Amino acid sequence: MDLDLTAAQRAFRDEARAWLADHVPTAPLPSLETAEGFAAHRAWERTLGADRWSAVSWPEEYGGRGVGVVEWLLFEEEYHAAGAPGRVAQNGVNLLAPTLLEHGTDAQRARILPPMARGGTIWAQAWSEPEAGSDLAALRSTATRTDGGWLLDGQKTWSSRAAFADRAFGLFRSARGARPHHGLTYLMFPLDAPGVTVRPIGRLDGKPAFAELFLDGVFVPDEDVIGAPGDGWRVAMSTAGNERGLTLRSPGRFTAAAARLTALWRERGAPEDTALRDRVADAVIGAEAYRLFTHAAAARLAAGEPIGAESSLNKVFWSELDLALHETALDLLGPYGELADDAAEAPAQGRWAEGHVFALAGPLYAGTNEIQRDIIAERLLGLPKGRR
Amino acid sequence: MRFLLDREQREFARTLNTLLGAADTPAAVRSWAAGDPGPGRALWGKLADVGVFALAVPERHGGAGLHPVELALSFVELGRHAVPGPLVETVAAAALLGDPDGPGPTAAAPPGGLAADLLPGIAAGRSLVSLCLLSAEQPYALDADAADTVLVVEGDALRRAGSVGPVQRSADPARRLARPGPGPVLARGPRVRAAAERAAALAALATAAQSLGLGRALLDATVGHVRDRTQFGVPVGSFQAVKHRLADTLLGLEFAEPLVYAAALALARGAADDRTVPAAKVAAGEAAYAAARTALQLHGALGYTEEPALSLWIRKARALRDAWGTPAAHRARVLAP
Repeated sequence: MDLDLTAAQRAFRDEARAWLADHVPTAPLPSLETAEGFAAHRAWERTLGADRWSAVSWPEEYGGRGVGVVEWLLFEEEYHAAGAPGRVAQNGVNLLAPTLLEHGTDAQRARILPPMARGGTIWAQAWSEPEAGSDLAALRSTATRTDGGWLLDGQKTWSSRAAFADRAFGLFRSARGARPHHGLTYLMFPLDAPGVTVRPIGRLDGKPAFAELFLDGVFVPDEDVIGAPGDGWRVAMSTAGNERGLTLRSPGRFTAAAARLTALWRERGAPEDTALRDRVADAVIGAEAYRLFTHAAAARLAAGEPIGAESSLNKVFWSELDLALHETALDLLGPYGELADDAAEAPAQGRWAEGHVFALAGPLYAGTNEIQRDIIAERLLGLPKGRR
Repeated sequence: MRFLLDREQREFARTLNTLLGAADTPAAVRSWAAGDPGPGRALWGKLADVGVFALAVPERHGGAGLHPVELALSFVELGRHAVPGPLVETVAAAALLGDPDGPGPTAAAPPGGLAADLLPGIAAGRSLVSLCLLSAEQPYALDADAADTVLVVEGDALRRAGSVGPVQRSADPARRLARPGPGPVLARGPRVRAAAERAAALAALATAAQSLGLGRALLDATVGHVRDRTQFGVPVGSFQAVKHRLADTLLGLEFAEPLVYAAALALARGAADDRTVPAAKVAAGEAAYAAARTALQLHGALGYTEEPALSLWIRKARALRDAWGTPAAHRARVLAP
C-alpha cells in the first residue's frame, strides 16, 4: 500500500502545472451558462485541446494522452488548483466519450471524439422527460425506424448545456417491450437539425443552464446509434459502474475549493467562532477523504475489481461536500454572501456565489441522492427492496 | 501508486478477525469492567502470538519494527471486536520507548534502559502499559489499575507513576480511568516532548482505526437486525427512512477508511506536520459515533438495553471519539498554519 508517484507521474504533473501556469486566463471567464460565457469557455476548450489537455485519459489517436486514472487525478488537481475555467465540454468528455469508447464503433470514435477533444463540438445530455426523471425508464420519446435511420419524436427536458450546445445524446423508446428498460435505443442528434426546437430554461439564478427539447420527426442516421437498437439501457448504464462513476466530479475540484475556503477563513474568520472553524475543517477533511477514496477506487479498478454501486457513495459524498463547502464560504462572507455572482461587488468575482448555485443542484442531478441512498442500502448493504 | 491493502495485509486482518470472532470478547469485556482483567489478558496473549504488539516494538527488543499500516489494520479488527484494555496506550508507549530520537537510556532508568526493560514484555503481550500525556486534555490514564506499568509524560518529563488514584467509571464500561500519581522521573528534555508528540499521533491513529472497526461492527449488526425484524408485516429494513440512515452510516465509514490508511502511511514516512492523522481521527471518530447512534435508534428499545453485547459497542463509540484528542482539538490541528 502506498501513495507514491512514479517519476513519470511527477513529470506529467509538472508538465501540466507548467502548461496551466502559462495558459489559464488571469481573470475568470463569464459564467458558462450565458451566451457570452459559453463562447469564451468554448474558446478555452480549443486552447486545451490544441495541446491535448482536454481529455488526457483518452487514447492519443483521438486527441488524448493515453494516461491512466492516477494521471487524470493529478491533472485535475493541477487544473483546479490553477483556478482554470469550468469545462463546458464536460457532458461530452465525461459522459458520452466513455460510452463511445466502450460501446461505439471505430468509425464513430474516429468521427466524434477528435472534434470533441478540440472543442469543436459541444455536447448536451438529453435524458430526462417531463414524466421520466428519477424513473428514467418511464421515458416516452420515441425512435421510429425509417430508411437508413430513425425518426425522433417527443420531448426532453432539463437538458444541461442544450441552450448553446451543438449536439445531444440520450435514450429513446424504439420498441414497446414488456418491461420499461427494454426497447430503448441510445442515439445522438444535432440540436440544429430540422424538427428540433430548443427552449432554454432558466436555472435558479435565471441563467439558461438547461433547456427543453421538442423533437418532431428528427432524422438520425444509423451511424448515430450507439450499441444495438433496443440495447440502450444497458449501454447507458454500463459505464456508470466503471471510471465514469469515478470521474463525474474530480477530487481536485474539491481539494482546490477547500484550499480557497481555508484561505478565506484565515482572512475573514473570527478566531472565537469555533463553530465556523469546525465547518471549514470538515470541508478540508471531506475533500481529502474524497481524494483518497478515489485513489483507493482507482487502485481497485486497476486490480480488476468492479466498482459498481460504490459510485453511488461517491455521488452522495461529493454533492453534499460541495454544498456544505460553499455554504460555509457564504457564511464567512457575511453580508456579502447574498450577492449574486454578477454583482459588481461580489467577493472573489462571484466565484463563491456561482459555485453555490451550481452546488445546489448536485444532490438532485445524475441520480438524486435519495435514489443513490436506495442503491447504497439495497446493493451495498443488502437491504430488501421496498416502496420508494 | 497502489492505495490498497496488499494480499498479505488483508490475510493478516482476516486472521485477526477469525481469532477474535472465536474469543467471546463480550465476556472478556464484562470481566474487565468488573475489575477482573484475566480473560482480557489471555486475549492479549493470543494477539501477541500472531504479532500484533510486535508491530510497535523495535526489532532489537523482540519486535518487528514500527509498522503503522499494519497497526492500523490490526486496530480496525480490535475495534470490530471491542477488545478491552489499554491497547492504544501500550502501542503508543512502545513507540515512545522505541523511538530512535526519543528519551533513550537515562540514569534513572532500570539497568539496561527503560526500553530494554519494558519492550520485550509488550511485544510478547505480557506487559500492559498505560500512557498518559498529563494535561488538561488528558487527566486520566486508561486502565491504570490493570496495567503493569503506567507511564506519564508531563511537559518534557517522562515518569513512571508509582500509584494511581481511584477508578473513575467511564460511559464505556471497558474503560477504567484513574489519575496517575507521582513517581520517579525517568527522562527529561526536548527529546521526551518530541517523542511524546509522535507517540500521541500514533495513539490518535490507532484510536481512529479502532473507531472504524467499531463502527463497521455496529453497522453490520444493525443491518442484520433490520433485515430480520418485521413490523407492519415487512422487514423494517425495507423502509426508506431506515435505509437512508444506514446508507449515511456506511458513507461516513467508507470515507473515513482511506483517511485512516493515509494517516498510517504518513506516520510510516515520518511526516512530522501531517494533517492526515487529525483528519482521520475526526472522520473515524464521528463516523463510529454516528454508527452507534444509528444502531441504538434502529434496534429500538433493544439498543437502549444494557444486557445485549451490542451495548458494549454502542457505549465505546463516544469514548473513542474523544480519546487522544477531541474532534474539536483535531479539527483545529487540521487548520493549523
